[in-house]
Amino acid sequence: MTVDAGTARRRLAGRRLFTTRLLAIAGIVLGAVAFWIALPPLTTRTVAAPIAIGIVAVACGIWAASRKERRLGWGAAASGVLGIVFGVLATRAAADHLEAVVTWSSLVSLALVYATPLTFAAIGGMFSERSGVVNIGLEGMMLMGAFFGAWGADVTGSWMGGLLLGILSGGLLALVHAFFSIHLRADQIVSGTAVIFLAYGITGYLYNDIYGDAGTPGDLAAVPDIDLSWLGSLPPHDLGGFLESSIGQVSLLTILALALVVLSSAFMFKTSLGLRIRACGEHPRAADTAGINVYGARYASVVMSGILASLGGVYLSIGFNHSFTEKMTSGRGFIALAALIFGNWRPSGALAAALLFGFSTALAPELENVESWAVYGTLFQSLPYLLTLIAVAGVIGRTVPPAAVGRPYVKQ
Amino acid sequence: MTEPGSARAQGGERPTLAFRIALAQRAGGIVSPFFTALLAFFMGGLVVLFVTGKNPLSTYEAIFKGTGLNWLLPWETCAHPCSAALSLQQTLIQFTALALTGVAVAFAFRCGLFNIGGQGQYIVGTVAAVQMGIWFQGLPSALHILLAAGAAALAGALWGGIAGVLKATVGAHEVISTIMLNWIALWVASYLVTFGGPMQDPAAGTEAVSRPISEGAQLPLLWGSRLLQGLHVGLFVALAALLVYWLVLNRTTLGYEVRAVGFNPEAAAYGGIDVAKSYFLAMAISGAFAGLAGAMDILGWRPRLDLTFVQGYSQIAFIGIAVALLGRNTAVGIFFAGLLFAALRTGSSTRNLDPEVFRPELANNLTEIIQGLIILLVGAETLVLYLLKSGRRLRRRGET
Repeated sequence: MTVDAGTARRRLAGRRLFTTRLLAIAGIVLGAVAFWIALPPLTTRTVAAPIAIGIVAVACGIWAASRKERRLGWGAAASGVLGIVFGVLATRAAADHLEAVVTWSSLVSLALVYATPLTFAAIGGMFSERSGVVNIGLEGMMLMGAFFGAWGADVTGSWMGGLLLGILSGGLLALVHAFFSIHLRADQIVSGTAVIFLAYGITGYLYNDIYGDAGTPGDLAAVPDIDLSWLGSLPPHDLGGFLESSIGQVSLLTILALALVVLSSAFMFKTSLGLRIRACGEHPRAADTAGINVYGARYASVVMSGILASLGGVYLSIGFNHSFTEKMTSGRGFIALAALIFGNWRPSGALAAALLFGFSTALAPELENVESWAVYGTLFQSLPYLLTLIAVAGVIGRTVPPAAVGRPYVKQ
Repeated sequence: MTEPGSARAQGGERPTLAFRIALAQRAGGIVSPFFTALLAFFMGGLVVLFVTGKNPLSTYEAIFKGTGLNWLLPWETCAHPCSAALSLQQTLIQFTALALTGVAVAFAFRCGLFNIGGQGQYIVGTVAAVQMGIWFQGLPSALHILLAAGAAALAGALWGGIAGVLKATVGAHEVISTIMLNWIALWVASYLVTFGGPMQDPAAGTEAVSRPISEGAQLPLLWGSRLLQGLHVGLFVALAALLVYWLVLNRTTLGYEVRAVGFNPEAAAYGGIDVAKSYFLAMAISGAFAGLAGAMDILGWRPRLDLTFVQGYSQIAFIGIAVALLGRNTAVGIFFAGLLFAALRTGSSTRNLDPEVFRPELANNLTEIIQGLIILLVGAETLVLYLLKSGRRLRRRGET
């Protein structure tokens, strides 16, 4: 059998592209390793080690970048530089202080805490965007859930009441967004922004009117934790101990968020209803022709996204902070949106991204405990946002959004 | 019925009146923003009535009195020192920043980009202005002001430019990247002025505040006194910015390209316009306006940068979004919308609103609700156009 020259060349090029990409990914990993080896348990004290590994990472990156694998390549180079900077800083910090900062079990448990609201909101965003409606308003829906969750818990005296009222408020706000972006065909981004302002105004107004300077009462009913301390008896002993101290006490809502990843994934990709929703986001006209009610599917999906996003808000106020403060979501809705994109509009990807952002949020205040870094305390607060920016810049273009997302559908 | 395009063809160089009216109606004209604002105020009034049980009219009247606009009414008399005049100065100071941030949002809008990052660009502008105001003591005043304002505009342009570059090269959605840049700017600026940060004033103990800018870098006052936060010449900068905005968009190649990309990027690219370059330039210019707004506030009335200003007060650029939307991204529209929101903000501030009538901290949030309603209704111009169109259809049916 003969292979013509063109095919052979293409195959060769394909293989070369693959190795380049692999090397670039290795570079990104090496950049992280450069930082990691300076941390416990390894705690390398020589400055040379992170520098050497970091330089290899940068080299990989530049090599890949010069061979048409630009985005990943430069990502690897950046990862290498960051690895060198943080690695060197870490080797210069006192080892016992590092121990105090990097207690992995507490980091893992905090990462889960911070990832929970992001996961809810990101999966909510997935419903909306898969059906073809951009939902910038996640932030506002979260905030509604946070306030009405706290208020509901206060008024009814039970966390169930708070949860119900919270998701009701988020669903209602989503309905406003749905009406304006589906029926009135408003620009979905503008409508989403308006919804955020509405949520700012409504929650701020009611909060000041009802609670004022005193703040929400200290004895708000809280979403219960699930006791998983039996994990501690799992062999081997080290692993069991680690599991017990990291996820021995997990909020019910965290478990729900993890379950939701599996459930929504199955719903969206394995059921006919999920297929219909996706059809509305990919090609609404074709879906309409096939007899699917595009408007109905979009309404349901947007309201669903509001309900899920407000669950994240409920977690913030009565699951974790046990209080409500004005604008307490502080951009989490947008980070969730980034997590959704980063996760390629899939629940599992969104969870992975949410965990990454959750981890960096958990790490930020811990870094202040390093003696020589205490001054930079406030600066570290920007870490999750910076990471989101890099993530969005790095992966976009590789991910494929639903084809008709953001475009209003006109029935004919 | 004639299509607007055919009317243009018949009219030759000058578009016919019919074409212009059709265009104005397609854009909603002046009727729809006016209608929108009215509707938003009406709904805000309902909120006041049903949630607090207060009289919305007296609330709005109190807010109006707080704006100082009653100073302009001929029958109002004012003792000395005149509180209405002081309030009006505050309104105009707010207008300065709102018009500039409004122009910032509008410029990006005309290129089809939604710049929610005005806040971050504004913050880096204030940081640059303060730093320049502290350095170069003893420089001639005019030069110092130019330097500080220029640095602020440049900083804002860079900050906006990041989002522009990301949009142009990897296609990162500008809404997400600018929001992230907002938070990064907020925390970096907070770090700079908190205790231990490089810009914190050692003389202020542990208080999170920068050193004040030198006297020479402060903008001259137009009206009132420095002690009572008088009106500064930044007002003219804002008015000039509106003019520049109109000139650049309508009378330059750059403006043409920006608008073409805003209408249809694919068609613009096909016509030979560098879309990536337009995205970058639009975001950078947009950022420059927002940075300039920061400079005007710092050089005009707030000579030191402090934590509350960075984190709390400065929601100004977010309101700029509402200003641009309500003003339909036109210079004249931004002027009036800016005035409206400046008045709303001043009138509902803790300092100016009579607490007997309405609690100011609630009024702040009421303003936010009205703002949200305005954006919502402006976004849904189909609603207004639908009403207009159905009215026209009815009339036409009557004729035939």
